[in-house]
Amino acid sequence: MLAVAFQEIGIAHYLVVGAIMFVCGAVCMATKRNALGVLMGIELVLNGANINFVAFGSEFLNRNPQYGIGLDGQMIALFVIVLAAAEAAVALAIVLNFYNNHATVDVDRADELKG
Amino acid sequence: MAWHALFFYFFAILACGFALAVVFAANVVRMAFYLILSLGATAGLFFLAGAEFVGSMQLMMYVGGTLVLLVFGVMLTAQGPWVSIRTSGGDWVLAALVGGSLLAVLVPTVLRIDAAAPQPTAAKEKVASETAVPVPAQPTATRIGLGLVGVPTADHSGYLLPFEAISIHLLVVLVGAAYLARAKRRAKPLAAEEDEL
Repeated sequence: MLAVAFQEIGIAHYLVVGAIMFVCGAVCMATKRNALGVLMGIELVLNGANINFVAFGSEFLNRNPQYGIGLDGQMIALFVIVLAAAEAAVALAIVLNFYNNHATVDVDRADELKG
Repeated sequence: MAWHALFFYFFAILACGFALAVVFAANVVRMAFYLILSLGATAGLFFLAGAEFVGSMQLMMYVGGTLVLLVFGVMLTAQGPWVSIRTSGGDWVLAALVGGSLLAVLVPTVLRIDAAAPQPTAAKEKVASETAVPVPAQPTATRIGLGLVGVPTADHSGYLLPFEAISIHLLVVLVGAAYLARAKRRAKPLAAEEDEL
């Protein structure tokens, strides 16, 4: 595993960074009780996925260009960025509504739908 | 190439370190700041991968737009006891278990990807090394713009329909968000009007 660290920078390096950011975002979503902290976890997860898309689409990292996905990776990354902006806007509106109604942002207090 | 590796490790350590800081920070204001730094370092990684348009969009839309929105949310709601909410120890243990096992699955898989990818044959590699090396790197902004208005080229298909769909989606979502987040002070006068009617 350490041998990778001394190789030329390739796709694997980017994918490791993406995996670490993804796991950080997942743990953040699972542990934070602040609703805004959960939102930040979502941003981290989307960003980790974006790193993977850009790495697979990059012509500098791919050692065998015949099997690369070309510019499609960057396109999908752009779409993910736009979707993240839209998602953050709606989720923030919901959090603000929740805060106005309950005077808290603790997601553990949002248990009114519990059967 | 050594500079490339140096900058890659610089940005990678920044991105991963501040992502970890987001997880372990208890104060929501600090979490927002660490998230800004982590996403900014990710934009540096995009620049290093040759995706300069996506990198600048990451800085402009993600760091400049989405995170400013998040920081406004933090400023509106971070009052008194809600600035830092502690997580119980049991939740941390469970989350570390799940996250650690996910990482233990992902990282070894990812490290094998170069070996698993089909390698170019010797003849093809010879041709590629003779022809592909002198080609200068093309800027990606022109190609991305052509793709978004639906001109298919050699390395990607046209993207007019997804572009239109995501534009309408963003418009509808922003109108809906503004509708959801507006102050509902008119609730009582409206009810009174309905009573009169």
